[in-house]
Amino acid sequence: MNTKAREALRSTRRDFLKTAGTAGAIALTIGFEWSVSSRRAFAAPVPGTGTAFIPNAFLRIGADNRVTVIAKHVEMGQGAYTGIATIVAEELDADWAQIQVESAPADAKRYANLVFGTIQGTGGSSAMSNSWMQLREAGGKARAMLLAAAAKQWKVPVADLTVEKSVVYHAPSKRHANFGALVATAATLPVPETVQLKDPKDFTLIGHTAPRVDAPAKSDGSAQFTIDVAMPGLLVALLKRPPRFGGTVKSFDAAAAMAVPGVVKVVQVPGGVAVVAKSFWAAKQGRDALNVEWDESNAEKRSSAAIMEEYRHLADQPASSARKEGDAARAIKDAAHRVSASFEFPYLAHAPMEPLDAVVKLSANACEIWAGDQFQTIDQANAAHTAGLDPQQVSIHTLYAGGSFGRRANVWSDYIVEAVSIAKAYGADGTPIKLQWTREDDIHGGLYRPMYFHKLEAGLSADGHLTGWRHVIVGQSIMAGGPFAVMIKDGIDPTSVEGAANIPYDIPNIAVDLATTKTGVPVLWWRVVGSSHTAFAVEAFIDEVAHAAGQDPLSFRRNLLDKQPRMKAVLELAAEKAGWGTPLPPGKGRGIAVAEAFKSLVAQVAEVSVSKDGEVRVDRVVCAVDCGTPINPDIIAAQMEGGIGFGLGAVLYSAITLKDGRVEQDNFNSYRVLRINEMPKVEVHIVQSAEPPTGVGEPGVAPVGPAVANAIFAATGKRHYVLPLSKA
Amino acid sequence: MSTSFLLNGKPATLDADPNMPLLWAVREVAGLTGTKFGCGMALCGACTVHLDGKAIRSCITPLSTVAGRKVTTIEGLASAPAKAVQSAWVKLQVPQCGYCQSGQIMSATALLETNSAPSDADIDSAMSGNICRCSTYTRIRAAIHAAAESIKA
Repeated sequence: MNTKAREALRSTRRDFLKTAGTAGAIALTIGFEWSVSSRRAFAAPVPGTGTAFIPNAFLRIGADNRVTVIAKHVEMGQGAYTGIATIVAEELDADWAQIQVESAPADAKRYANLVFGTIQGTGGSSAMSNSWMQLREAGGKARAMLLAAAAKQWKVPVADLTVEKSVVYHAPSKRHANFGALVATAATLPVPETVQLKDPKDFTLIGHTAPRVDAPAKSDGSAQFTIDVAMPGLLVALLKRPPRFGGTVKSFDAAAAMAVPGVVKVVQVPGGVAVVAKSFWAAKQGRDALNVEWDESNAEKRSSAAIMEEYRHLADQPASSARKEGDAARAIKDAAHRVSASFEFPYLAHAPMEPLDAVVKLSANACEIWAGDQFQTIDQANAAHTAGLDPQQVSIHTLYAGGSFGRRANVWSDYIVEAVSIAKAYGADGTPIKLQWTREDDIHGGLYRPMYFHKLEAGLSADGHLTGWRHVIVGQSIMAGGPFAVMIKDGIDPTSVEGAANIPYDIPNIAVDLATTKTGVPVLWWRVVGSSHTAFAVEAFIDEVAHAAGQDPLSFRRNLLDKQPRMKAVLELAAEKAGWGTPLPPGKGRGIAVAEAFKSLVAQVAEVSVSKDGEVRVDRVVCAVDCGTPINPDIIAAQMEGGIGFGLGAVLYSAITLKDGRVEQDNFNSYRVLRINEMPKVEVHIVQSAEPPTGVGEPGVAPVGPAVANAIFAATGKRHYVLPLSKA
Repeated sequence: MSTSFLLNGKPATLDADPNMPLLWAVREVAGLTGTKFGCGMALCGACTVHLDGKAIRSCITPLSTVAGRKVTTIEGLASAPAKAVQSAWVKLQVPQCGYCQSGQIMSATALLETNSAPSDADIDSAMSGNICRCSTYTRIRAAIHAAAESIKA
């Protein structure tokens, strides 16, 4: 590994060490560094706008009055660009019609995700929460400088000035000037040390609905994704990867591939053999014709069913403790009634609509990357290491990502490293090369949501009180083997147990244990991470326990939530809006579930119809969400709607299975996801809150599965323990 | 070898392998990138274009089959139903990641061009071939209804 790349990765690890448990302190440090480095504003010529006012790293105002907000987060559908622009524009009092958003370069100094430490990246539903104060300050300070500029130009006191929609007014003299007319003066002024932020009651954009900045370009085909990158001399590469995880190239014969018109070169890289061609079609035909012999001596050759069988046994072996209060085993043993259940969760692919892709232009001393990049500075370090360059020699252009759901955020930067290694093997001669995955590559490609086995036991007193709760989780660690491994403490990967170790219910005796397994199947976080399985196990099981106690599942939960008022409130809101307790016709059922994910609280009530032959249709989902201060209510609603559909497809239909180590699914025919005819009606209710904002990209996914499973039970009297439910 | 056809109302001659799927011919040869690749097997609808006014999956349509015919991509949408669909898409804030939306809009437009007042069942049957992994389905349905209303008005 190149020294500077190694240093970059090492400092990444150090920062993780620092952040573990002290995210607040790190955030302060970085906020401080950021304000120091931005003490001086500057003017810079920007093509097309004349001289621009650049008060800090997050915005630029042109003489043409346009406000360009610099987004450190990728826009992958979650609405980050619009949210980021909303926060800046609010404190700046900018005209929304004058706002545009541009992606930031990879630069951890200026653009770190403050929740991650000093890594620039997007994930954990943190874009709004980590940007909130940083961007309010950025917008507020710029506004203060524009006011100071007007005061200086007009020789009037700042206190007599007002701002509305990018225009500064001096009412006493009836003068006004738009931002563009003030940028030249503003650029000469010092950046204020502090700024008075708005009183939330004065917000005109936050809490209201600013239209998405990307909606028009995404409705006329003009939005640019990585797959759309075109430049003179661009070649397209497809990579033939081993058919089993852990396989490597033994030998290959390029002759048949080279015979395909348009194929330029066939190169071996660490991940397989790449066919580089003048078009996708030529590369695809070349790859189909390519003969590779694989060395599978170290490949994973087990079937997923065999791995699950091993997990079932592990659930009865001693494991690491994620939470222990009281004596759960004793409480359950001594209980008047005991309930137990186990759940099985499959591997899941993210299957974003845009198959993974990256464009790389590599020369002897520079590497330029275009991608829907989700982990910019990690990808930069990995690309540098692969290319044998310094991270500073790697620039990343972050484009719109056609979905991700976690797939593009991986510490191995798999698809970026593949693209860089192909460009290197090609000759590193500055030829731009686009690595394109096919859907089959994506479904076969690993980095799945891990497979898990959950075993739960509960004890009830004679009068129906929950006295003991024991939960064992068996599955692979997502964080092991990368810089996030420093988050693993005493054998507990927090992403394996989140949603289970911190169950909100007030139970006197709790034990949550984790058995971490190793397989050859690479795994990764998948939208809502741990809660994609823990919320199902906890909420389906608590429902079963409520029934065993002879109690209504809503009131049973409510009675255990006295110490969790916000969670209790979302639960009650969802139940009330859904008409909980009102009668439904035969064959229909209603189920409820609640979950906390990334500090947001979501409760959902699902209504299902089950046909005589057992076919499940989800008719309606009522969703209540408390995500702190709602920044953009319409985007919050959209993320809940989308999260419900995404979660529902997985719970009803999706599974990646292995037969003798080979993935059995190929494309959307065998890896089934939700379609429009399977989408329920969705109603979203947002809790009004003055708490700091928390994320909405992922939390909506968590409760839908158990809400539906509980509704199926209400309709049929039958519980399902194996996912997807359509297999049960 | 070259194939001539009407592309977005204008004569086009594309010099490419006649077996190349129309999707790649339109994207890489004609340079119109609004039409997207999602599955390559007519399973997801991201590549939907209109061939003689009907919604088809360009990823499995060989370039040779469109010779002498009329192909419309998202870039060439001009009909009243198309404009109504696109403006409803923006008004109801349908797109999230946006990658599938060209295909969704092409399917929705083809539906409204033949059925000016589609029912929910009509929408299900016209749109179930278009996958959206962001699950913008409730808004797609609402936007199709809104577009139908706006044409009627």
